[in-house]
Amino acid sequence: METRVIINDERCKSCNLCVEICPEKVLRISDRLNPKGYRPVELFDNEACISCGFCYLICPDAAIVEIRRPVKAKV
Amino acid sequence: MKTLYKVPGAITDTPTTYCPGCPHGVAHRIIGELLDEMQLTKKTVIVWPVGCSVFGYYFIDTDAVEAAHGRACAMATGIKRTHPESFVITYQGDGDLASIGIAETIHAAARGERICVIYVNNGNYGMTGGQMAPTTLLGQVTTTSPYGREAHANGFPLKVPEMLAAIDGPAYIARGSLDNAKHIIQAKKFIRKAFKVQVNNLGFSLVELISSCPTNWKMTPEESLERIRKQVLPVFPIGELKVDEGVA
Repeated sequence: METRVIINDERCKSCNLCVEICPEKVLRISDRLNPKGYRPVELFDNEACISCGFCYLICPDAAIVEIRRPVKAKV
Repeated sequence: MKTLYKVPGAITDTPTTYCPGCPHGVAHRIIGELLDEMQLTKKTVIVWPVGCSVFGYYFIDTDAVEAAHGRACAMATGIKRTHPESFVITYQGDGDLASIGIAETIHAAARGERICVIYVNNGNYGMTGGQMAPTTLLGQVTTTSPYGREAHANGFPLKVPEMLAAIDGPAYIARGSLDNAKHIIQAKKFIRKAFKVQVNNLGFSLVELISSCPTNWKMTPEESLERIRKQVLPVFPIGELKVDEGVA
């Protein structure tokens, strides 16, 4: 399944605001480093994400680039 | 997959120079989204201030001017009067607008100049190391008020939107906050109304955005947003303070 939250690692400054605001707690600070020396955020549970967009709204660095929701197939 | 939110095209690829967790970036994104939605990006001129957002022209892809400290409203007046077809915004902090530039701001508002002012209030001079600003709360510790701001020595916090709402010139005055998702959506509505005031040629509009400064408040980003909710919003309540007739 395609990812619901697209994150730009190079813009992330590891401020933790999206991790705190996420109602389903599916984001976390990763172990890798970006070119500026911050640890970028990652989506670790794509299935539990509800595409609410709170992380996009609170992100001060436009590092959460896009929020997507799967389209339900018509029967 | 259906796209629900996407970073607007008016935001450039340059990473911002702000500290981690600084809500300046949220304000930039809201402005970028509205410029794209209202198709104003091509004819916009943003007047940038002196302060943390001094490099703003690297982050929003519009025409831009850098004003002397506090003089953004005066410069925007000149741009709007010589190019009435352009869409003129000023983006100012509290040290810039409420302290050194208060005269320019009040007289631009009193003349009813057709400009939009985005006023970001974080209660101190962030760029120079967190000195006391006119909007610093009573009791707040800063580098120039090490025992907390005292009313008898330093005065009371200045409420600029309330002052401007008392004069007849402005068409739209509001105060929003950037501390949670609900308030960010509300702040976007206020700024959309302010932009429509200028598009419809109704007069001066100002939106104050309550912001935080995690570095100089010496807090984590989450703690600084919690402080906005507990201490700042009771002093600076959010809402629309002046809405003239015809403002939709």
